[in-house]
Order: sequence, then C-alpha cells, then structure tokens
Amino acid sequence: MSAPSRTDNGVDAGNGVEVPGRFGPYGGRYVPEALVAALDELDEAYRSARADLGFREALWALQRDYSGRPTPVTEAKRLSQYAGGARILLKREDLNHTGSHKINNVLGQSLLTQRIGKSRVIAETGAGQHGVATATAAALMGLSCTVYMGEEDTRRQALNVARMRLLGAEVIPVTTGSRTLKDAINEAFRDWVTNVETTNYVFGTVAGPHPFPTMVRDFQRVIGDEAREQVLERFGRLPDAVVACVGGGSNAIGIFTAFLGDDEVRLLGLEAGGDGIETGRHAATLTSGLPGVLHGARSYLLQDENGQTIESHSISAGLDYPGVGPEHAYLRDTARASYLPVTDAEAMKAFELLSRTEGIIPAIESAHALAGALVLGRELGPDALILVNLSGRGDKDVATASEYFDLAEQTEAERDLAERAPEEQ
Amino acid sequence: MENRAALISYLPVGYPTVEASIEAMVATAGGGVDVVEIGVPYSDPGMDGPTIQQAVDVAVRAGVGMRDVLRAVEGVAESGAVPVVMSYWNPIERYGVDRFARDLAAAGGAGAITPDLIPDEASEWIAAADRADLDRVFLVAPSSTDVRLAMTASACRGFVYAASTMGVTGARAEVSSVAPALVARVRAISGLPVAVGLGVSTGAQAAEVAGYADAVIVGSAFVRALLDGRDPAAGARAVQSLAAELAVGVRQRS
Ligand SMILES: Cc1ncc(COP(=O)(O)O)c(C=O)c1O
Repeated sequence: MSAPSRTDNGVDAGNGVEVPGRFGPYGGRYVPEALVAALDELDEAYRSARADLGFREALWALQRDYSGRPTPVTEAKRLSQYAGGARILLKREDLNHTGSHKINNVLGQSLLTQRIGKSRVIAETGAGQHGVATATAAALMGLSCTVYMGEEDTRRQALNVARMRLLGAEVIPVTTGSRTLKDAINEAFRDWVTNVETTNYVFGTVAGPHPFPTMVRDFQRVIGDEAREQVLERFGRLPDAVVACVGGGSNAIGIFTAFLGDDEVRLLGLEAGGDGIETGRHAATLTSGLPGVLHGARSYLLQDENGQTIESHSISAGLDYPGVGPEHAYLRDTARASYLPVTDAEAMKAFELLSRTEGIIPAIESAHALAGALVLGRELGPDALILVNLSGRGDKDVATASEYFDLAEQTEAERDLAERAPEEQ
Repeated sequence: MENRAALISYLPVGYPTVEASIEAMVATAGGGVDVVEIGVPYSDPGMDGPTIQQAVDVAVRAGVGMRDVLRAVEGVAESGAVPVVMSYWNPIERYGVDRFARDLAAAGGAGAITPDLIPDEASEWIAAADRADLDRVFLVAPSSTDVRLAMTASACRGFVYAASTMGVTGARAEVSSVAPALVARVRAISGLPVAVGLGVSTGAQAAEVAGYADAVIVGSAFVRALLDGRDPAAGARAVQSLAAELAVGVRQRS
C-alpha cells in the first residue's frame, strides 16, 4: 500500500458528481457572504495540497507513525452466530490514536491549517471524539484550539471534556437552542466568521458548506481504501455488504467511497432511531427527514412545517444530529446506498453483544452499525461477508452504558422493594 | 426625499408574541423609521449574536411561521413604513419559493434580505422575486473580493446590505472602522443605495454611519429594548423612543 494514492482522488468519487461541492441537487454553500472568502481559501489550499506529493507524504507519515494506520480488519467469529452465521469483518477504526476515525480527517485539516498560516483551530463536537481528535492534533502541531460542545453533551460525554482540557484545548459549553451538536456547529460558525483571519474551522463530518463534504470525505476514504484491499487479500473477494453508522456521515462515506464503483457490494448506513421512528424522538434524517438547507448545505434534515430544525434524540451523542452530509442524500436518492434506523435499545444490545463475544467495547455510534449488520447477516445467510466500520471505541461511553444496563437491572429490584415496603424508602 | 440617510429597524416576528412584535414594528415606524426589516424566526440563526438569538428562540418555540410574518408585513405596510422581510433560507424554501414571493408581494412587502443565501445559490429566488416584482437584497462583507462584490451587487435589487464587521449581529461600543471602505467599494461598482448594518445602537453611531452610507440598519438595539421592557407596552414605548433618537441621528450626519 503506497502512501500517495491514499489521498489522491478527484472530486468525482466515481458517482458521476462533477460540479465541485455538488452531489446532484445537494451540497453547495448556503452561508453568509462573510465566510465565502475563507471557504474559497480553504478550497484552494486543499486543492493545491492534494496535488502536492510532500503534503500527501506528510499526512501519510502522521497516519502511520502517530495514529497507527493501517488499522486491522478483525473477523468477529463469535459474533457471527448472532448474525445468521454471516461472517462479520470489523474495520478497526477504534484502534486509531484517540479512539475513532475522527483523527483521519483532523490530521489532514490541521496540516492544511499550518499550510495556510493560521494559528488557531476551532471545532464542534457531539460525542467529543472529533473535539478530542482536534485538541490532539492542535497539541501536536502547536495550534491553539477551541472546541464548542452542547451543554447537554458535555454532561453525557464528561470524560471527553476532561481529555480535551488535558490536551490544552478550551471547551465552551453551548447553551443556546437544543444545547447539542447542531447548536455547537452554529456557535463554531459564529466564532469563525468573527475570527477568520487567524482561525481555521476544522469541521468534523461530511456535512457543511463546500469544500467540507468533499474534503472530509477525501481524508476519510483511507478507511475504505485500506479495507477493500485487506478484504480482497484475505478473503479473495469483495464483501457482500459494507455497513456503517451515519451521524453526519464521515465514517460511512469513508468506508463507502472505495466501494462505490463495485455495484455488487451493498452499502448500508444505519441512522440513530432513538426511541423509535414512530415516537418522533430519533435522529434518522435520511429515513424521515425532508430536503432543505442546514449548516451551509442542501441535504435531508429533520424539519417542521415552518422549516425549523427539529431537535434530534439518540443515546449516542455522535449520531444525535438532525442533518446529514449531502453526498449521503445523493446516494440515498440514487439508491446506491440504503439507510435504516436502529433504535437505542437495538444499539445497546449490539454494544453488549460485541463486548461479550469479542472482547471489544465499541462506541455506541458504532454499535448502531453492528446492530444493522446483525439483521443483514440473518437476511444474507452464512455465506455472506459483511464489512462493518467499527468507527470508534467505547471508553467514552462506559458511564452511559453502565447507567443504561444498571437501570435495567435496578428497575426490577426497585419494583420489588417498592412492592414490599414502600414506607421504608 | 430629504437629503439624509434612511433608517431601517429590524425586529423578529413573534417576540414577545406575534401581536406585540407587530406593534413594536409599527412603533419603530412611529418613531421615524423608514424601512422595517421583518425577521422570520429560525432555529439556527448562524449570523445572529446572543440578543437576537434570545428573542428568536422564543418565537421559534411558539411555532411562529410565515403566515404570522405575512401579517406583520401587512401591519407595517399599513403604518406607512416600507416592509422588507429578513429570512434565513430554509423557512423560505420550506414555504415554497414562488409562493413566498407571491404572498409577500400580495401582503405589500417590498422585498427580502437573505443573509445565508449568496447569489451563487439564488437563481430560483431571483427568478421568483423578478416574477413578483420584489427587491432582493444580498449581503456584502469586508472579506468580499472585488469580483464577488461586483457579482453580488449586480444580483441585488433595491439596495445592497453591507455587513460592517466580520462577525455576528449585536450592539458594539464602536462602529466598525472598515465599514466606510466597504461602502466606498460598493459605490465604485454599483448605483444602488448601500445600507450598513451590524453593531449600530445609538443616535451618535447612527449619525456616524449616516455620514457615509445611504441607510443605517439597527437590529440588536431594538431587540434589546424589547427584551428589557417590563411588558409589551413598555417595550413598544422603548423601541419608539430609540427609533426617535436614531432618527435624529440619521439627520445629523456626523
Ligand atoms: C465513534 C464515532 N462514530 C461515528 C460518529 C458519527 O459521525 P460520522 O457520521 O461523521 O462518522 C462519531 C461522532 O462523534 C463517533 O464518535
């Protein structure tokens, strides 16, 4: 696997998309004019970096020597019995430095920040993984770093807040709107427009205005490029399906892109179904959203009849986002990929299952992909080869998970207690 | 028309209630405002600072929508001021671009300002506005290149909105020093009036801006006056007296 080809890909991802930043009717730039110059600057810097062998080698060296790429593909043999016998292959993005795929993109964008001579980076974060990755790269490259995080998320991902602060980043809890990722993105854009002379916005997913969806995809496609080669080498054929969770969509695009031209490979994205689609409390944008504009791009989003963004709900902070990257909207409409919701309960079951059968505690985000793979495996049967993007590890989710599972156990105990002697409590 | 700069007020529909917001808009007109920018509440107002966010949040939570906005347009038109809608793009798109243009024109609106819609993405809106004979106002910023400035100004009809600072809405102690240069750059390539917004809150600042621009836009200061009002009636009195102070300002031209 040679270094240069990893990031050397055109704007056209093999899906017929030709206009930069456009994916069929999706994408584009719906931003205040004040940001256009910065987006143009970033776009130009990215184009020239992509054509520069020195940049590509510097990025690959960081990915290899700092982050630990290539990440392995692990066959989950004991999990297979819960997937109708289908063979489940895990692309181990959880083994990256900082614990998720987010570092792939951040190393690229941080190198770009240095290249355009800016000294400060800002980022939004939901689960905290993108914030931790950005704080990490900032420490490594001597950049100052501010991370916006919804106040609600600072509570459910307190460990990652501490990690970012240890790394020297300033974490600003966002108290506006729904106090989650979407509001953190609004605050980050406000910061950017105010401080654009010194500051680069390291965006964490394949949403947002051009060039982010294209650039972040290109930095993430290393996942699928590696996995495609690894699976071919080990199993002598392509997988039948490639499965990933979808928040904004970066890990999913990252693993899908290498397979877009392989028509026989099914691409399946799993969205956060929260309490269930029928409850309205979910984050399944492609399943039940409508086309519109949010955070600078046209795509699907959860919106009401007035065009207001509807607050999303998920046990997974990283998937708790009412928008989605424009390329996924395009892949959905053209039916090249399909998207299904996975509820909190289904995801937590898969979370527990992988922990107990394989000794791997996944991120709750990634557990959504696993849950989807289990269902798909039962459908495809024992001959199937299913490649799952294990986008992150579950260290950050231990508090959420222990609360979730303890609660389930305590309810019965509490009910017993309550029945026996309510007055003693 | 007197030889002076125009005064433009901004208030969002639905704060504290739809009725009270319309009364406040009419009160600014009573205080001497020429044009009222009628804000469409939006859940993700990326260009707005804390003051406007706070008011808009109330309106969004109350479910205020385009129908209420059109009522405000009618109310302002009756008061004699010129109603112009200010909306982020998604509420317009959700309502239907053509339908919005038709209904806005029918309600007596003069046009719309679209802070997150750049002309590059605006072909549908421009066509709809043309059909309905509406003004369309795009923003220029200190960071706009000459090429973009010319492209944006030529896509505008009515006036050009010059965002005076790199930043979000909100009252500032000093009005930007880059605004005069930006206005001069627009003047050099366009015959349209240039309105300056972002940061103006006092009569003295209005006078300063009126010295080099064709119109002065005041938003957060009006919203602040409403937020600080004890009740809607007090709020309306406060915005009216602020409007009167600013109206004196634009006639002074420092
Ligand atoms: C481990 C992990 N997977 C997935 C996501 C979702 O983001 P995306 O859809 O961009 O991959 C996150 C976001 O925080 C994450 O931390």
